[in-house]
Amino acid sequence: MDRLTFATVWLGGCSGCHMSFLDLDEWLVDLADMVEVVYSPIVDRKEYPENVAVCLIEGAVANEDNLEQVKLIRARTRLLVSFGDCAVTGNVTAMRNPLRTAEPVLQRAYLDTANLRPRIPQARGIVPPLLDQVLPVHEVVPVDSFLPGCPPPADRIRTLLQDVIAGKGSLLSGENIRFG
Amino acid sequence: MPVRTLTIDGKPVSAVEGQTVLDAAQDAGITIPTLCHLDGVSDVGACRLCLVEVTGVSRLLPACVTKVTEGMEVRTESERLKRYRRMILELLFAERNHVCAVCVSNGRCELQNLAVAQGMDHVRFAYRFPPYEVDITHRMFGMDHNRCVLCSRCVRVCWFIEGAATKNVAGRGAGARIITDLSQPWGKSETCTSCGKCVQACPTGAKFHKGSTVAEMERDRSRLEFIVTAREKKQWIV
Ligand code: SF4
Ligand code: SF4
Ligand code: SF4
Ligand code: FES
Repeated sequence: MDRLTFATVWLGGCSGCHMSFLDLDEWLVDLADMVEVVYSPIVDRKEYPENVAVCLIEGAVANEDNLEQVKLIRARTRLLVSFGDCAVTGNVTAMRNPLRTAEPVLQRAYLDTANLRPRIPQARGIVPPLLDQVLPVHEVVPVDSFLPGCPPPADRIRTLLQDVIAGKGSLLSGENIRFG
Repeated sequence: MPVRTLTIDGKPVSAVEGQTVLDAAQDAGITIPTLCHLDGVSDVGACRLCLVEVTGVSRLLPACVTKVTEGMEVRTESERLKRYRRMILELLFAERNHVCAVCVSNGRCELQNLAVAQGMDHVRFAYRFPPYEVDITHRMFGMDHNRCVLCSRCVRVCWFIEGAATKNVAGRGAGARIITDLSQPWGKSETCTSCGKCVQACPTGAKFHKGSTVAEMERDRSRLEFIVTAREKKQWIV
């Protein structure tokens, strides 16, 4: 049997969901027999490939780079999974949304609290500009499956991946959909 | 007291005249999801989570404020009810700013529990992200409007159990908010007795004990039950 092509992506999140993924410990060895990891923050590959079977997206859509990437990923992926609360709800990443624009956040981080040459970083093509409103992934592109939790516990990730690999569907229920 | 016979999910149930469908269901061991209902305090039918189907009535009826009638046929589970319950929950989440990961009630929240029970794995409506403030002017308690679902449980315990009438609802629709006295900081209130009943009654992380951090806010409803039982049944439970 061909192994499923598998990817993980890190957008506007803290990487905690990926840490939880690593908490799968020895099951990662079993997983490696069942999937081929074609793209991930822990894989050295620059561009998101075509024909990915399953992709876990960590993080919300927070900047212009995220926005572009998420559309490309959607176009090249069969089963797209919102991985963790930031992807599913916006969560902590979206806590700036009530301020309406990115301006006050940049002002606070780079000007108000800086004591050495306060300046908002601007480098087109290197530092992606923030979007005024952070969005959950499904508000930008259609998402097939939701894996909530901040971060989702490792056994929750395993439950979903096992179901997907066994062709038993991709929807979680019960305690496995609890936020937070 | 005249007895009424009805069926709930096909199960024959007898109830006392004047009882609500919710009471009758609870007595029969049938669970109907609720949010604004709090045992011992008058019901207002605000949240609509307890909607049920009744044969012969085309509208859905809120079980907490619908009285039992003879021969009534009630259904508490159907595809239509599931759809509406989930939609109500999604609207509640979209309406304010619920960040469970940093909430005092994470893991102990009635709203979060309902979302799990109703299979809400994401919210299909666009989040509104309204700007709401947190009132921490009271010596012991805090109020985070970002997490309030406007169930008015705090208002009802404050008025009808404590008798202080400090808490109130101001405004209408999604713009409604819980206020203290004439909309002033909680800490400035002259009517608040600092009894903490509103904090015990709150189903979400909106009201909390100051100093409780993420997932730490434990509520003790038995403290409310104690007073309600004393009032209604003239019994002191210890
Ligand atoms: S009040 Fe409940 S649903 Fe809202 S953020 Fe807190 S735990 Fe989550
Ligand atoms: S602490 Fe007691 S008196 Fe004060 S607002 Fe809450 S319920 Fe009312
Ligand atoms: S503060 Fe709590 S009890 Fe009061 S209306 Fe809001 S959610 Fe309900
Ligand atoms: S519990 Fe009946 S309407 Fe809220």
